[in-house]
Amino acid sequence: MAQGQPETVDKWALAPAIERGISLRRPALGEWSLFLLLAGPNLVLFAVFTYWPLFYNAYLSLMSWDMISPVKAFVGLENYRYLVSDREFRRVVLNTVIFTLGTVGGTTGLGLLLALLLNRPLYGRTWARGVIFAPVLLSGAAISVFWVNILNPRFGLFAQVLSWFSLSSPNWLNHPTWAMVAVILVYTWKNVGFSMVIYLAGLQAIPADLYEAARVDGAGHLGTFRWVTLPQLGPVTLFLLVVSMISSFQAFDIIKVMTDGGPVHATTTLLFYIYEQGFVAFNAGRAAAASVFLFLAMLAVTVIQLRLGERRVHYG
Amino acid sequence: MAERLRQRLAQVPLYLLLALVVVAMGLPLFWVATGALKTNQEIYTFPPVWIPREPRWENFVEAWHAAPFGRFYLNSIVTTLAGSGLELLFALTTAYAIVFLRVRAAVAVFLLILAALLVPSQVTLLPNYLTVARLGWINTYQGIVLPGASIAFGTFLFRQHFRTLSREILDAAVIDGCGHLRLLWQVIVPLSQPVIVTFTLISLVNKWNEFLWPLLVTNSLDMRTLPVGIAYLYSVEGVMNWGPILAGTLFVILPMLVVYLFAQRWIVSGIASGAVKG
Repeated sequence: MAQGQPETVDKWALAPAIERGISLRRPALGEWSLFLLLAGPNLVLFAVFTYWPLFYNAYLSLMSWDMISPVKAFVGLENYRYLVSDREFRRVVLNTVIFTLGTVGGTTGLGLLLALLLNRPLYGRTWARGVIFAPVLLSGAAISVFWVNILNPRFGLFAQVLSWFSLSSPNWLNHPTWAMVAVILVYTWKNVGFSMVIYLAGLQAIPADLYEAARVDGAGHLGTFRWVTLPQLGPVTLFLLVVSMISSFQAFDIIKVMTDGGPVHATTTLLFYIYEQGFVAFNAGRAAAASVFLFLAMLAVTVIQLRLGERRVHYG
Repeated sequence: MAERLRQRLAQVPLYLLLALVVVAMGLPLFWVATGALKTNQEIYTFPPVWIPREPRWENFVEAWHAAPFGRFYLNSIVTTLAGSGLELLFALTTAYAIVFLRVRAAVAVFLLILAALLVPSQVTLLPNYLTVARLGWINTYQGIVLPGASIAFGTFLFRQHFRTLSREILDAAVIDGCGHLRLLWQVIVPLSQPVIVTFTLISLVNKWNEFLWPLLVTNSLDMRTLPVGIAYLYSVEGVMNWGPILAGTLFVILPMLVVYLFAQRWIVSGIASGAVKG
């Protein structure tokens, strides 16, 4: 993960002592028992709460079950068939796509602009970076609560800001389109600092002699940006796109608090749908089938991320 | 002289932009900080009152009594410390076992743990809820903490770090007759301090802010954590009593702002190095 550091050559680093032929004092328990003692608890928890539930979830997705009755009825692929042909579920998928595009685009695009600005030698930039990054660390539930106040069309901060431009505030959370805009806006406000920090690190890693060479070649500001900065930021951008996409799929607290998935499911994303089906409607089979879809979507993105990570280690 | 003046002037738009950005990002925080001190009369007016005429500290008292915030704090502190403590412990011990123990299965175990990165907790909500319910762990600390205590990312992070440690120092410790556990606690942990600090800080922030899982596995008000508690306060007080609600949001975010104030460098550099996910 360490950026720019070439992977060390030692394969699966065996104990350095072993390679030098020095033997550690043998533990009283024996090496295997010690291994189990040290790694065991972590592995047991993985088995119980990560691997087993994946299979149990797949099993549940083939059942019709209200989470109360002692009997689960086997229905085969009925839950999947239902989801694929359900209009509401298609809306949910569309919402997820819109939310993801909006938040990933917002955090990455604005993050880049902020990083470009705050990478310049301006007074107060450290302070500015501090303010922009702060929301990343704050509880999504708590910020959503105060954003509901900020977005209030009658007495909220946002209505005031809009009125300076002679605009009147929409009824953010009661209008399907504006509600989606609102959750994207709040998510972006909270998370843009993360992208900015990553981009700042990326900018600082660009070798100065590249800029020097571009200047010698007669490139202006725009030329340098187009031919040096942007291509050099390519790997960082890919990394950010993937990471932001994954966290966007995991967004829950903002939606739960601000809109509760509404109005009329306008902000129900895939994860929120799973929550609703499983824990509000007690429709275990449908929630499990939707979880399989979410898993596959995130798996696809994560696999891309891991492969990019590999590339970064080797060539970064 | 004229040249310098021109350079200065060229910077004016940049500073304007800087100011705009800081105001846009910081204004919501200013709004909640001042709003928590406003009377309801000051809150429900338009155009808004920017600075409350006289700070109304009673909002905090009212919020504290409107929901059991003392209990929320206790629950959040216990589950955050236990959750991050276990993550750190498991990450250190597992990484040590994988890197330094002569066990053939180490590689397979490492791959198994890496594969867990592919299974985010959001896709196993339902089965894990059922498991926790069957264990009788609904409304318990172990129910909140244990399902999220296993740690793949930290194990990976520490494994990478352990492999960069200086062999001379490790060998010297071994020659001095250091056993495995002493090697881990007295040599490797002190040598890994920066990574440990960064990892722990980010883990603490994540656990503190966790919302969905504690919401699912608790249903009695006394077992709610702060983020779930503030959502509760908002749902019962509605939009008629904003003063105490805004004060309540500060109960949740202030501890993290304090952490940030003191540990900003560690957190930001950890994230910038790509070492830790936010």
